[in-house]
Amino acid sequence: MLSTSASELPLPCIDLHKFRAVCAVLAIGVLSACAVQEPETAFNDPFEESNRSVHAFNKGLDRAFLRPAGQVVTSIPEEFTLPVANFADNVGLPGMVANGLLQADIGGAATNTFRFIINTTVGIGGLFDPAGVIGLAEESTDFGETLFVWGVPEGAYVELPFFGPSTQRDMVGIIVDQLFDPLGDVGTQVQVDYGTSARIIDRAITRGTYSDTFDGILYESADSYAQARLAYLQNRRFELGEDAPAADAIDPFSDELSLEGF
Amino acid sequence: MTNLMFSRRNVLALTGAGALASLPLPSFALSSGQAENLVHSAVADINSVIQSGASVGSMINSFKGIFERYSDTAYVAAYALGNDGRSASNAQKAAFSDAFGGYLAEKYGRRFNEFAGGEIQVRGSRSVNSYIEVQTVAVLRNQSPFQVDFHVSDRPGRPVFFNLIVEGINMLLSERAEIGAMLDARGGNLDALIRDLA
Repeated sequence: MLSTSASELPLPCIDLHKFRAVCAVLAIGVLSACAVQEPETAFNDPFEESNRSVHAFNKGLDRAFLRPAGQVVTSIPEEFTLPVANFADNVGLPGMVANGLLQADIGGAATNTFRFIINTTVGIGGLFDPAGVIGLAEESTDFGETLFVWGVPEGAYVELPFFGPSTQRDMVGIIVDQLFDPLGDVGTQVQVDYGTSARIIDRAITRGTYSDTFDGILYESADSYAQARLAYLQNRRFELGEDAPAADAIDPFSDELSLEGF
Repeated sequence: MTNLMFSRRNVLALTGAGALASLPLPSFALSSGQAENLVHSAVADINSVIQSGASVGSMINSFKGIFERYSDTAYVAAYALGNDGRSASNAQKAAFSDAFGGYLAEKYGRRFNEFAGGEIQVRGSRSVNSYIEVQTVAVLRNQSPFQVDFHVSDRPGRPVFFNLIVEGINMLLSERAEIGAMLDARGGNLDALIRDLA
């Protein structure tokens, strides 16, 4: 049958809340399958082969869409792009409040709550950032961080299509954040309708703003997959306040490395 | 560790405070003050090159001079080459060290535009094992402030940088991975790598 009318779609039969819960359980199930780190390799990357294929796909997307989009949006005056970036940041706040509470980070959740209220009202739906002006800076967080706080291990490195470098723990975080975004419950209709588009444009703005860094990793390195993996894992651990692996410690007085001749 | 639950900003503030609390440093040849001064004077030298209005090529040459003056060139080169350096001759090692300095100056020096008008704010320092970590925040135009830690040792008998950590990303580890990949791409031929870096 080629034509499908709305009444024939099975979706309305599914209880959305139940569906989301099942997805979350499935996602957390992925974590229990986390691969054990092999001690002889520097990275926990058992999926390297498929990760590299995804990396090639993401690089193609970047070259065709994101990189050029970044060049366009950063050539537009900031008076036009900053409100979009502000709006995108603002619609992410309800999710950050929920995660702050799940992490028992009351201070962070309170800051993000006040930010959301002030910027949504005084900041005209979130287009402006008066909360930032009075010192209420965003306390960035996500469900990946919540899992970290709960003691869930990082799992293997994965590169996700569209989303880029990640880990099994952060992948589950992304899925849960998408499924349980409380914006629909607390946001305005405009925020619900345009939130996703604004966040996509915001990615282009970020790509354009940090174009030298992105280009350096993706197009000017000998192995962009390895550089992206290294940068993502180290930066993410830094964001989470996690210690770098002991193997990364560098001691210039250690005699492991012979300096003779250099 | 309750620290783990803090956001990055809080951790930043805490590490700054922790650095102050840990003073005075244990008996250690290199002082915190010397390490911080090294950052101040390197930043001043880089700024004067950026403001000189010289051509890009001449600036990159100056950056290479600054790199040689302020950093542990032997250690940085040896670390980047890693195990691949074990079978190299002394002549190859010396040539690699020189070419690698030029490559770094070129790679980071080409991006000097990002640093023009920017500022490095020293937040504090702490001793870690055998070296001193100077914690700074880079405030650049059109970018959110980010953390840069300079790792300073006195291995060659004077204070020198041997590593740089930008928002958790360790420069020596990145360069070791990059040099390893470049060598692989040349079938492990070190002479070819030295030629291409130079």
